[in-house]
Amino acid sequence: MKDIQEERKTMKPDASTEREVVIDIKNLKKSFGKLDVLTNIHLKLYKGENLVVLGKSGTGKSVLIKCIVRLLDPDSGTIEVLGQEVSTMNNKDLENVRKKIGFLFQSGALYDSMTVKQNLEFPVNRIRKDLKGPVILQKIEEALANVGLPDALNTMPSELSGGMRKRISLARTIVVDPLIMLYDEPTTGLDPVTSDEISLLINEVQKKYKTSSIIITHDIECARATADRIIMLSEGEVYYEGTIEDFDNSTDPLISSFFKKQNHE
Amino acid sequence: MKNKYIILALNPVVKAKDIVSMQTVRLAEKVVEKKNIATLFFSDLGNRALFVARTTKEMFSRDFEFREFLRQCFEIGNKSFGLIAITGGIMGVVLTIQSRPALAEFGAVTMLPGMVALSIIREIGPVITALILAGKIGSGMGAELGSMKVTEQIDAMEVSATNPMRYLVVTRVLAATLMLPLLVLFADFFGILGSWIGVNIKGDVSFVLFISQAFTSIDFLDFLPALVKTFFFGAVIGFVGCYEGYNAGRGTESVGIAANSAVVVSSLLVIIVDLIAVQITDMML
Repeated sequence: MKDIQEERKTMKPDASTEREVVIDIKNLKKSFGKLDVLTNIHLKLYKGENLVVLGKSGTGKSVLIKCIVRLLDPDSGTIEVLGQEVSTMNNKDLENVRKKIGFLFQSGALYDSMTVKQNLEFPVNRIRKDLKGPVILQKIEEALANVGLPDALNTMPSELSGGMRKRISLARTIVVDPLIMLYDEPTTGLDPVTSDEISLLINEVQKKYKTSSIIITHDIECARATADRIIMLSEGEVYYEGTIEDFDNSTDPLISSFFKKQNHE
Repeated sequence: MKNKYIILALNPVVKAKDIVSMQTVRLAEKVVEKKNIATLFFSDLGNRALFVARTTKEMFSRDFEFREFLRQCFEIGNKSFGLIAITGGIMGVVLTIQSRPALAEFGAVTMLPGMVALSIIREIGPVITALILAGKIGSGMGAELGSMKVTEQIDAMEVSATNPMRYLVVTRVLAATLMLPLLVLFADFFGILGSWIGVNIKGDVSFVLFISQAFTSIDFLDFLPALVKTFFFGAVIGFVGCYEGYNAGRGTESVGIAANSAVVVSSLLVIIVDLIAVQITDMML
């Protein structure tokens, strides 16, 4: 935990805005065979902000955050996380960077063969080796209470609804006190009420754990509820960047069609 | 391509050299197609070799997942025990009943216990157990790891600073390698027990006499090579099951394909390893 606290102090400030940059992506390119998914991405995530990445399906939103944690290797470009270049670092250093990042998967990705308690214990035992038995249990209970499911401790993932799985998955990421949160389509496949609850949780996590987050979504309501800043991807590049008001007032045909269509829904 | 060829052939102004050139194009296409198949085969072989090398390297790394290894030993060993015991017993009974008439023809029924025990220990016990486990645990590994891949559980493990190769693959391969010889010993035991029951269906032989007759024709050199090859059978099943699951595609269909391939490839490899082991044993003894 000590190194994470030190990390919080050593994040570098951005010269242009005087804000601390936690993720800095330059010229990121990624293709699969002949299909160019990301052609030229430039992106900065500042400390404490919620950055929403919007875009149609297949524009490379999920690929972008998978490149940040090196689940996918970028073809070219640089990705700096907390001042460290991740695209070229060795496995040991990568493991250390990953310990500071929480990743909420689209499917929740809970381990089916484990109970909720074991699901939460799994990352704690590996990332927070300084914690022991009763303290681990206390942290797990606290994380579950924070996502509104304090009684789910001994439940199996198969007994949970889609929304509950997402909450438990969120609890599994926050239980290790990450500095950065990456959300991959957090509200996809959920009803509007549960989606709103997840959006509220994202904001609560940001306030309580002081995280900086990238939220990948195509759900405008989720973006409205969570975004400090929005980036829209199109054809592998950042198409537009601004606040939710900028997007609402935009006359750009692509942006307005995207927003209008979703507002009608 | 075929149509073009026919049109050319029907055209009265077509020249012989055009036909030759079209044939050359068709031949070239066939060569490219065969080359692609060969490339795919060798690249798959290379990937499997790399997977084995990576897993072996991870086996000797510091952070060994001992608890998960024990859990896998329990899953593979304990949960397969009943199946192996029943199969072994039935195998012994059937082998004895089938062999009795042939031996009776030569008046050599007293050799029945020794012959059946030798067959079970040297060949039938190890191979049948390995094939059953290729179906049971090989398909289980393929399906489990395949579904973990599809539902992003392996990715989740990786971002939790856990090496999935070490946690999922190394533990399963080692557990299969160590548990298969143990299960073969049990299969041998129940096979010989079944053989005694088989002998007693048409005769009356005490268990002590049966065992003494059975083991007079078996020595340590019959037992050792048969046991050694079972470690390789276990490793083959573990490696193939994990490889197929770990490298499954992203769709749900790929889970079924992974489970199926795990059974087919590991069963085939068990037979090939057995053939090699028999040749080596034959040269050594």
